[in-house]
Amino acid sequence: MASADFWNMWVPGQPATSIVIWVVIFMLGLYVARIPAHQAILTITQGLRHALRLMAKSVMLVEKRLKQRNSEVLLAHGREATERYIEREFQRVEALVNRDLSGYPSLQRDLKEQITRIDEDYVQSGEVPPQPPEWLRAIEAVAEIPSNGSPVVAKILNDIHSTLRKSLDKDVSAYRKANKERHELLKKMMPYWRSLTKILTNVEKKITGLENRSNIIDEQMKHYEEILAKTDYAERMLSSSSLTQFFISGLVLFIAIIGGYVNFQLVALPMSEMVGAGSYLGSIKSSNVAALFIIALEVSLGLFLMEAVGVTRLFPVISTLDDKKRKVILWVSLSFLFVFASIESSLAYMRDMLAADKEALTQMLSGVEVAEPEFRWIPSVGQMVMGFILPFALTFAAIPLESFIHSSRTVIGLALVWLLNSLSFIIRQMASLIKGVGQLIVNVYDLFIFIPLRIEQLFKKNKESPDIGSVQNNVFIKN
Amino acid sequence: MKYFTGILVGLILVLTGCSDPKPQTKAVYMLLDTSGTYTQQLDKAKNIIKYLLGNLNSGDSFAVARIDSESFSEKDLIAKITFDMRPSKANAEKRTFNDIIDKFTSTVKGSAYTDITGGMLQAIEYLNETGAGYKYILIFSDLKEEVKKGHVRDFPITLTDIKVTALNVTKLQSDNIDPREYMTRVEQWTQRVEDGGGTWRVINDLDRLEGLLD
Repeated sequence: MASADFWNMWVPGQPATSIVIWVVIFMLGLYVARIPAHQAILTITQGLRHALRLMAKSVMLVEKRLKQRNSEVLLAHGREATERYIEREFQRVEALVNRDLSGYPSLQRDLKEQITRIDEDYVQSGEVPPQPPEWLRAIEAVAEIPSNGSPVVAKILNDIHSTLRKSLDKDVSAYRKANKERHELLKKMMPYWRSLTKILTNVEKKITGLENRSNIIDEQMKHYEEILAKTDYAERMLSSSSLTQFFISGLVLFIAIIGGYVNFQLVALPMSEMVGAGSYLGSIKSSNVAALFIIALEVSLGLFLMEAVGVTRLFPVISTLDDKKRKVILWVSLSFLFVFASIESSLAYMRDMLAADKEALTQMLSGVEVAEPEFRWIPSVGQMVMGFILPFALTFAAIPLESFIHSSRTVIGLALVWLLNSLSFIIRQMASLIKGVGQLIVNVYDLFIFIPLRIEQLFKKNKESPDIGSVQNNVFIKN
Repeated sequence: MKYFTGILVGLILVLTGCSDPKPQTKAVYMLLDTSGTYTQQLDKAKNIIKYLLGNLNSGDSFAVARIDSESFSEKDLIAKITFDMRPSKANAEKRTFNDIIDKFTSTVKGSAYTDITGGMLQAIEYLNETGAGYKYILIFSDLKEEVKKGHVRDFPITLTDIKVTALNVTKLQSDNIDPREYMTRVEQWTQRVEDGGGTWRVINDLDRLEGLLD
């Protein structure tokens, strides 16, 4: 049926009247179908709302699980890192003890010897008054005998007196000599005292170093205990630390990537001499793929090297090997790395030669004659050195790579939690919106049939008796 | 380890997965008009050849042929080469190629006729044989075709995936009298190339050769 025929169906030639009739029919149709239509609209919107709320709950549940998992991973990493840190500190303490305190018995022996010497010297330097000779008392007794004017007795007494004096002079002289010896002994003690002081100062320093280490261990142990206790503070601290690590290691990795690119530029052109410049793998030159392969191999060797040294722990298989096997891996990686560095150095030289040849060709084709630069060898040597050093330098990319991988797990986890949180918020908002939309559609529906509704209202007023169906409907709408 | 594996898989996909089976090599066939006074323009052609030698890479093919009275034969081929895969060898080949062109331009004699269609047929054959991914025919000519009586050249030619560039299309004396002749000539060649499935363009300003092999 054509559109014009449709609108002219009721009163031909008067579309306006026909339209009015159609509107009345639609209105009556809508009025008759009001209650089931309202029920259908509200059921659909409520169903949608429930579905969305369920979805939001599921998303929140996933978010909760993810948060929990993130927390577990974060704490596990934190615990592992702290264990490594504490282990390292203990190793340092062990090294300190082995280095400094292993000589403690000999130090103690030295100290004892020093003290014994000082003691001996001290004992020797003790002031012992000289004992008067045994016969001196007898002489004294004789000397006290009164002379009674006898010249013989007087002479004897004088002799005794002079003998006594002589003896005393001799003793005083011996005493002075002994004093002098004592002073000399005390003088000899000085270097021993100094040596003793020095030894004790050194011991003090070592003890202080150990004390500092033990303080650090104490701090880390506190940190470790907090991680084990899974406190919020520990989680926040680890999370913040992860974010910092993520950005720092990302920056260093970016620098390493630039280094890798420079390395690639050094190798790519000369590789075309080996694998051919005209062959392609997909849309990429084979020589570029070969150069990338060499760089990837060097980076891999660097990873193994760092793993074998024990700097990184990306491969548990390597880190759990015994020291002897790890040493083998270390030397094998280092040897291969050296070989690759040498190859790269020669490739860098070849690159320089090829570039010079290309430059000469371009000059010849453009008809420009340019003299050979005087210091042409400097960039050649520079490129060779760079070609040799860069593979070793790239080895250290393993350190930020490990940090980046570990921290990115946390950062990605946090980002996912944030995304899920936002998603759940959006879904909940949509559920609320749909509830409102359902109510709005019901109201708009009633707006279309406001005339029959008004008539119904007037009719009810006149009858003054409530219509059961309408009450039921109102109750339904309120629900 | 999962991240590492992911990166490796990504790298392999990038290297191999962007499945573009089309070879990346180029093949260029340059036709030189040596009829009448056009031989005086050959110095310009020499510069274009030098430009091309400087820009073609290992594995690319390059041929230069003259447009003679009967161009649909191998005898008009001045030099052809597929550059060695090793850049050092390719550079040496470019030097030799340049010497051959120098020698040719200094000894060339003008031809009586201009069989552009014959030259193009020869070029299409050569380019298709190279198997290159990008094919170019460069016509260094005034585009006025003059063939021997009895030679049939008025037929459609297949130029699928071939880019045809007319270089240094000089205006003839007769074009000055009636420029429509020039425009008709260019229009006819445009039509013929495009009907054959190729693309056509004209470069008269030889200082702007940067996009010649685009």
